[in-house]
Amino acid sequence: MARYILQRLGYMIITLFIIATVSFFLMKLMPGSPLGAAQEKLSESQLEIVLDKYGLNDPIPVQYYTYMKNLVQGDLGVSFQFDNREVTGILLDRFGPSLQLGLQALILGSVIGILFGLIAAVYHNGVIDFTSTIIAVLGTSIPSFVFAGLLQYYIGVKLEWLPVATWDGFEYSILPTIALAIFPLATSARFMRTEMVEVLGSDFITTARAKGVGKFGVVFKHGLRNALIPLITIMGPMAVSLLTGTLVIEKIFGVPGIGDQFVNSITQNDYPIIMGTTLFFAFFFILVILIIDILYGIVDPRIRLTGGDK
Amino acid sequence: MADDNKKNLDHLFVLTEDNQQSNEKINRPVTTFLQDAFRSLRRNVAAMISLVVLIIIIVMAAFGGQMNEYDSTTQNLSWAKMPPKVQGLENIGWLGLDGTDSETIEASTVEAAKERGLARFKNDEEHITFDVKSEGDGTEDSAKVVATHDVYASKDMEDTYFWFGTDGLGRDLWTRTWEGTRISLFIAFLAAAIDLVIGVAYGGISGYYGGRADNVMQRIIEIITGIPNLVVLILMIIIMGSGIVSISLALAITGWTGMARIVRGEVLKLKNQEFVLASRTLGAPNGRIISRHLIPNVASLIIINTMFTIPSAIFFEAFLSFIGLGLQPPTASLGTLIDDGFKSLTTYPHMLIFPAILISVIMIAFNLLGDGLRDAFDPKMRK
Repeated sequence: MARYILQRLGYMIITLFIIATVSFFLMKLMPGSPLGAAQEKLSESQLEIVLDKYGLNDPIPVQYYTYMKNLVQGDLGVSFQFDNREVTGILLDRFGPSLQLGLQALILGSVIGILFGLIAAVYHNGVIDFTSTIIAVLGTSIPSFVFAGLLQYYIGVKLEWLPVATWDGFEYSILPTIALAIFPLATSARFMRTEMVEVLGSDFITTARAKGVGKFGVVFKHGLRNALIPLITIMGPMAVSLLTGTLVIEKIFGVPGIGDQFVNSITQNDYPIIMGTTLFFAFFFILVILIIDILYGIVDPRIRLTGGDK
Repeated sequence: MADDNKKNLDHLFVLTEDNQQSNEKINRPVTTFLQDAFRSLRRNVAAMISLVVLIIIIVMAAFGGQMNEYDSTTQNLSWAKMPPKVQGLENIGWLGLDGTDSETIEASTVEAAKERGLARFKNDEEHITFDVKSEGDGTEDSAKVVATHDVYASKDMEDTYFWFGTDGLGRDLWTRTWEGTRISLFIAFLAAAIDLVIGVAYGGISGYYGGRADNVMQRIIEIITGIPNLVVLILMIIIMGSGIVSISLALAITGWTGMARIVRGEVLKLKNQEFVLASRTLGAPNGRIISRHLIPNVASLIIINTMFTIPSAIFFEAFLSFIGLGLQPPTASLGTLIDDGFKSLTTYPHMLIFPAILISVIMIAFNLLGDGLRDAFDPKMRK
């Protein structure tokens, strides 16, 4: 197990290193000066001082070394868009709402999804099963921004039940959470149904029934537990979808999170923030995948034997 | 005596034809693997409906833009943001295709509500009709009036029809929507094709040659899949600029690993089977074994995987346009149209609704067809 984790950590570091290197050289390839229009207002000697201050006069390898050194210490550089604000600081300020939204959506989506899948499997081929299949197809197919638009228009604008946008307390997070939760809900419902149908057909369930365990006990104690294990495998894709989801959902609902900042920075050509966020996303994503893989290795010992070579 | 008996009995026995062989025949026409798969696909109602819907959408994407006299780029600001109006359907109120804008206004009295209704639609009294929903009792927001503005009449354009309405610059949305669909589909098919070529070649080589080549190639894939798709997409778009080709390339660069893994796994399984050994014994070179024996056996998996690549490419194109990295105006794609639609969602929802419905239908149809194909090709994977 230790060897497996070490191997995975090694891959994680290599991946991050590649992303960081690529993003550094991309920044150097970007057209235009990092000082933007302000450069023309400066005299030659002033320009020299500014360039020196940010280390932009150094040869590229030296700049690369400084960049990497700063990166290891968690310093992602200075934003173009906001004068002299550190990218790391901006990201940390914006992390709260994104995290809240992501967690709420993950919990809401997976809990309802699991319940849906469970009921669908117990009443196999019934009306509920059919409904949950339809929900799963719609939920995995309809893009989250379309869904967000529908929610915003019908519940926010037409019915005026919930605030349309911005971020000012719990009720403001309800619509974006629902919009974001629809994909985890659909995937977990679909997955749960398949797993549960299989588990409920297996021998140990028949044994439990023969022993006289009640229906509730069979489904929750014997069935659910065993069906939940493989659910860990779809946590990875879910985390990715939440990440892509936050970008659009935050833009649509005006949530002041990392995704919203990122989309703004793209329109503003603020490269340090774009690169910083990219790295941050990559780091976060890889960390989540690592945790999921390790969890799975702990829960299901068969994974460890193959050492992730599959 | 015995001879007599034999003679008498002879007529009871009639020689039959020799049909021993045909008795043994199993009388069912031989179906090939593909025929079998398509037969079971035909029984899948959802998949067949999806197939028909997709064919209709593809035909519309190709020719829909030419169905009326407007083109997708001519701007006419006096026609801006006109609601949809369709011949024949304009009298069916709930469809919302009657060429009117309406808004529910709440105020303390009916008069005040009407006042605001007039202000909302540029005081164009002649063409506004009011429908009083609630008389109100003088308290705040107790009176409810629905103001309906006949936009086409107010512009003296009763005989003009914009089937999907117009956008903020007065361009016909019907034409733009179908041209946008064409571009979205083109990007998706191009991405899926690049994906297929790279993925099949990489996976085939990696699986077939095995050993050290396979080891190195798999490590490379592992690192690439470790990088989140989104990150690669954004980096690629930032370097290459956003255009149809660069978006397809960026999508393919992030997408081919899935295909490569599937093909490799399958080739690894097949390459030690007897028919491959037989072919090798007969002196077939590696290239021939890969292209004539292995790839056809993996074909079903390749088709299924491609069917799922296309909707995800459509989604990512829309997604990129939506966050501002997609195609630049005046080119339309479903993503840019949806992005535009969101800007005036509260007042002119028609700009969002049509492209949003279309992208959802395309995604659902591709997913259902993909599910159907998977079930048809590979009964083991049926869920």
